[in-house]
Amino acid sequence: MTERSKIKSAYTRRDALRMMAIGGAAGLIAPNLLGRPAFAQTPPATPAGRVIVGISQEPTVFNPLMAHIEVDDGVHFSLFDALFRIAPDGSIQPNLAVEVPTQANGGISEDGLNWRIRLRDDVRWHDGEPFTAEDVKFTLELITNPDFRAWRTTGHSLVRDITVVSPTEITWRMEEVFAPYLSFLTETFIVPKHILEKDADPNAAAFNQAPIGTGAFKWGQRVPGDHVELVANPGYFGDGPYVERLIFKYIPDVTVLYTQFKSGDIDLVGQTYITPDNYEEARTLPGRVVSLVPASSVESIYLNLKRPQFKDLAVREALYAAMDRKAIIEGLYYGVPSLTETFMPRQSFYYDPDLPKQEFNLERARKILDNAGWVPGPDGIRAKDGVRLSFANSTTSGNHLREQAQQFLQQTFAEIGVEMTISNLPAAVMWGEFWSQSQFDTAMVGITYLIGADPDVTNRFHTRAIAAQGGSGSNNAQYSNPEVDALLEKGSRTFDPEARREIYFRVQELVRHDLPLLPLFANTSVYGRKEGIEGFVPNTNTRTESWKAADWYWAS
Amino acid sequence: MRGFLLNRLSQSAVLLVIVSIIGFVILNLIPGGPLAQYGLDPGMTQEDIARLKEQLGLNRPLWIQYFDWAWRLVQGDWGHSFRDGAPVLSVISRHLFATLLLMGTSTAFAIAIGTWIGIRGATHRYSLFDYTATVGAMVALSIPTFWFGLVGIYVFSLKLGWLPAGNMYTIGDGSVLNYLHHLILPSIVLSLVHVAIWSRYMRGATLDAISHDFVKTARAKGLTERRVLMKHVVGNALLPMITLAGMQLPSILTGALVTETVFTWPGMGRLFLDSLGYSDYPVVMGLLMFSAILAIFGNLIADIVVAIVDPRIRLS
Repeated sequence: MTERSKIKSAYTRRDALRMMAIGGAAGLIAPNLLGRPAFAQTPPATPAGRVIVGISQEPTVFNPLMAHIEVDDGVHFSLFDALFRIAPDGSIQPNLAVEVPTQANGGISEDGLNWRIRLRDDVRWHDGEPFTAEDVKFTLELITNPDFRAWRTTGHSLVRDITVVSPTEITWRMEEVFAPYLSFLTETFIVPKHILEKDADPNAAAFNQAPIGTGAFKWGQRVPGDHVELVANPGYFGDGPYVERLIFKYIPDVTVLYTQFKSGDIDLVGQTYITPDNYEEARTLPGRVVSLVPASSVESIYLNLKRPQFKDLAVREALYAAMDRKAIIEGLYYGVPSLTETFMPRQSFYYDPDLPKQEFNLERARKILDNAGWVPGPDGIRAKDGVRLSFANSTTSGNHLREQAQQFLQQTFAEIGVEMTISNLPAAVMWGEFWSQSQFDTAMVGITYLIGADPDVTNRFHTRAIAAQGGSGSNNAQYSNPEVDALLEKGSRTFDPEARREIYFRVQELVRHDLPLLPLFANTSVYGRKEGIEGFVPNTNTRTESWKAADWYWAS
Repeated sequence: MRGFLLNRLSQSAVLLVIVSIIGFVILNLIPGGPLAQYGLDPGMTQEDIARLKEQLGLNRPLWIQYFDWAWRLVQGDWGHSFRDGAPVLSVISRHLFATLLLMGTSTAFAIAIGTWIGIRGATHRYSLFDYTATVGAMVALSIPTFWFGLVGIYVFSLKLGWLPAGNMYTIGDGSVLNYLHHLILPSIVLSLVHVAIWSRYMRGATLDAISHDFVKTARAKGLTERRVLMKHVVGNALLPMITLAGMQLPSILTGALVTETVFTWPGMGRLFLDSLGYSDYPVVMGLLMFSAILAIFGNLIADIVVAIVDPRIRLS
């Protein structure tokens, strides 16, 4: 049975995972459900061998608190630990902490403002120094240090009165109730105070080039432009590591990345994985395990709702009905991605499977526009009140699959009297102010809506988050719905997963109705690794395939 | 000679200033900039982006940024990479070896083979060899290196298994033999184009030299054809090649972008493309100045060498 058929028939599995997410008892069972014989082999007693992970971007930022991109995550997850860890099923588990704070266990106060974290007492930094609550305090303070080139500060900026109660206990107060913070802390790696406090300028610390963490792997060396080498940490407090060396090899071209996977130069294909056009061939390669793994991003035609063409819901509905998504998925993407009606990743506990299904129907699309008063002009393009149904679609230039999808949509849109022009831009231009200040008409874009797998999408859909209107966030569609705003505010103040689920189901219904984005498909990554690598489990609640390399080992 | 050198150096300094201003302005005119890479990060707020912009000094007026950069450069501070925070000179030097190895090997190879083909093509004009060389050069020049590289990898790595599918060395190995093994395919692919260029130039220069009167004189003196060729023809034909070599110096050190990409060779070409892609201004500017200096010095050295070798030219 292929991985793909597993995913397509995964409803029962997802239901099972949901129950586990609530029960939080998924650790042992999840690997089996993901379809690999996790316990058939036993890892070696001492770390042996090495795994070369091929990636198509170069990791360059090794201080995990500094501004960085996805590809740096693999190195961070291997070198460092966060207080908590997010499991493949979306449940949050303790890592450097001994328990996950909840309102039930008293770790989070009834009003949601006071947090108390208990820490492990058996963790040591790679240089042998003990890890304590002081390191946690230092980390949280460094993130909000105005001189420090920090990565995300959302959530962290709400933390006040950090108090080290004992080496294994720390408390703080939140300026306002913010439930997503627990998820954010799964991506907040703790850095060593005793090393970093010595440097006057944390941006230029020697640590940033040769980091010291608590993780399963220690810093080895970096050959710029080529690879980063990590070595096993024998004193790791958790299980593993079982491989002696973990290497992240930078291969700039995706075609070459795949070629080196075929030739055996790399053991595991990391970001950006195998391209869909190579999927059919890859799965027949001898000695290779190739599988489809749902990704967290959703590809869509993303609309700028402030454009006069898109203010009318009828236009959005008609365009959505005119998208032959199945043809695009099957014809251009080799059937790899899957259909979706929402921004929420399918594997999320908060994914609503019962949203109305889009149907490709040009007749219906025309009727919607006719009824709404959009009449074809002399050139065949519809117009209403002086507004022509014509717009540009933009994406990163050079992405051939997207360019083909654009041309495909251009043709079907033309059939309902809508003119779509294609205006693609280099990545640095596309995702700069053009994107963040909503200067586009429409974009073809794959977006990850969740931060650290938390369902809170305030940053994407709240009226407050419209940067083009002076807001703070990435609501670049300029979407505004008071009910969504209210739900999002409620959701970010609610800790109970069941209660939150109801809230985010309703948000998904509203967004599906209002159509600020026209979903094309849920992205799916084609993972590949050599046969014999055991213990590998994908986790799309993180941004990297190497979220837990400590578990990997070579079958003997 | 001294006057000539002083003159050329002052010209070069002016040229470098102009190059740096144009480069700086164009780089900053490209929309997006170094923070665009966070544009799709769901957790990066506008405040976060604005804060980073200020911390990196990117919100200052452009001319202040330029003078700040230029003033530091004059003092020997080339700045720090936005990406990994390392000093620009160390970033460049860490990529230089890879490029020097690849480009040095392939250029030496190309000059040797190209010169030989060029001379032979000229002396055996319109022979089968000459036609083959001409057609071969056209093919080599018109087929993209990218395609050549991938075909090479497909045939020699995936099908025959003789050569590695890219990379400069096997991680964990790193012996001289291992480097050489990895060097074969990319340097051959890269030198194909260079062989074509050199052979065409050399053929033309040789033909030009052969038609001169001193060659007829040498032949009339009764010298052997071999001696005529080696002493009188080739010597003169090589003169324009010195200038060509001088012009090639910067490309030897700035790398071969396409070949380095196909063969995952961690050299200067890749560094330039990656730095440009991430708008890593300090590194891009550093590379620009580096290659400008090389171009100026390459030409200067070529001029001096030509003057020494060719008695008809005197520097003044």
